[in-house]
Amino acid sequence: MIKIKGLNKSFGALHVLKDVNISVGKSNVVVLIGASGSGKSTLLRCINFLEIKDSGDVILMGKHVDPQKDDLNKIRQNVGMVFQHFNLFPHKTVLENIVEAPIYVKGISRKEAEETAIMLLEKVGLSDKAYVYPVQLSGGQKQRVAIARALAMSPQIMLFDEPTSALDPELVGEVLQVMKDLARDGMTMVVVTHEMGFAKEVADRVIYMDEGRIVEEGVPQQIFHAPQHVRTHAFLSQVLA
Amino acid sequence: MVIIYEIFMENLSAFMAAMVVTLKLTVVSLVLAMFIGLLIAFLKISGNRLLYSIAQLYITVIRGTPLIVQLMFLYFGIIELVILPAFWAGSLALAIHAGAYIAEIFRGTIQSIDRGQMEAARSLGMSYSLAMRRIIMPQAFKRAIPPLGNQFIIGLKDSSLVAYLGVPEIYGTALYAQAENFNPFQTYLVAGFYYLVLVIIFTFLVNKLERKLNVEENEVKSK
Repeated sequence: MIKIKGLNKSFGALHVLKDVNISVGKSNVVVLIGASGSGKSTLLRCINFLEIKDSGDVILMGKHVDPQKDDLNKIRQNVGMVFQHFNLFPHKTVLENIVEAPIYVKGISRKEAEETAIMLLEKVGLSDKAYVYPVQLSGGQKQRVAIARALAMSPQIMLFDEPTSALDPELVGEVLQVMKDLARDGMTMVVVTHEMGFAKEVADRVIYMDEGRIVEEGVPQQIFHAPQHVRTHAFLSQVLA
Repeated sequence: MVIIYEIFMENLSAFMAAMVVTLKLTVVSLVLAMFIGLLIAFLKISGNRLLYSIAQLYITVIRGTPLIVQLMFLYFGIIELVILPAFWAGSLALAIHAGAYIAEIFRGTIQSIDRGQMEAARSLGMSYSLAMRRIIMPQAFKRAIPPLGNQFIIGLKDSSLVAYLGVPEIYGTALYAQAENFNPFQTYLVAGFYYLVLVIIFTFLVNKLERKLNVEENEVKSK
């Protein structure tokens, strides 16, 4: 589903991604871990072209994407994204947040879009919140709405950029549960997170990044219990301590 | 006191008519100014150097010169080209003037909307212009209401300068009245009273609009 080859990205003089290669198969859940500033969020944002790579190849669903020529709006419809700070539209109700893109981007009828939205809200356990504004929701509820909003476009890939980092500890579980359900349903997911429990339980593969490079990747069992690289070991002993 | 009352009563119908002219000038010029302001604001945030420079030049020139000079310049300038009634020449000049300030209000509020809003919209497949229209602008407009209200009050009072083009608005009416009754002090006091009343009514309306928009998002929306 996702293939990235030799990706490089700099912000000014800062070389954030250095020759990154990853490959994510259909229904795979890949978790990116690493210290802040290691480039994992930037890598995620390069996948849906919120950041444009300097060099290298991004291949989505077998198609080589050229950000200069291809219609990125079309590509992004297939790649949902969930942000650390939710980024719900505060001037729209929960339901309006979810139906906005299906109606105005895909041209689906409002009736059909609302039916789908209500179904998605049930899925994330928020069917009673359809007509409230985001300001009245807790962080965990906001993030679940954000997930429903992304799913409303029926994407083939879902990207999660530290989806639980801005949440109070007691609200993390409800968001992770929704993500686990999604993984079980066979969604292809790339997740940047510090939730090592989630990585161990759900990930097919864990990628450890440091200073813009992929240091190590493997199944959770291997990364967490038998890391090959000293830096992976050092990072994990810090976060798991 | 008695003289003030007499002048008030004597000129009541003239000032009432003048108040309507002032309101028309204000509304027409500010509606035009909103369009100008929006256009200039978009030029400024377009990311295009040339468009940015055009917008910046406009703002620099308009903010850097007095309104009365712009008014006269435009009025006598336009008369060379087309015959435009004083009311419309005045409205246009006021619009061009306020447009520069409103452009900066819009630019500021658009740029104050969290970047994440645009990113979320784009990540859902929205084009830049669709995201602007559906996501960014509604929030920016709401945030612009207090400074816009302020600018509208300034515009209302600035419209008094159009008196010098011979438009019979409140200040112009006072100019004529005091020349006839030889009581400038009392007459200008009455004129000031009319402006004050208009500004108070307008402030009340803006506050009400602001409150209404704030309340809306704190309630469950009825189906």
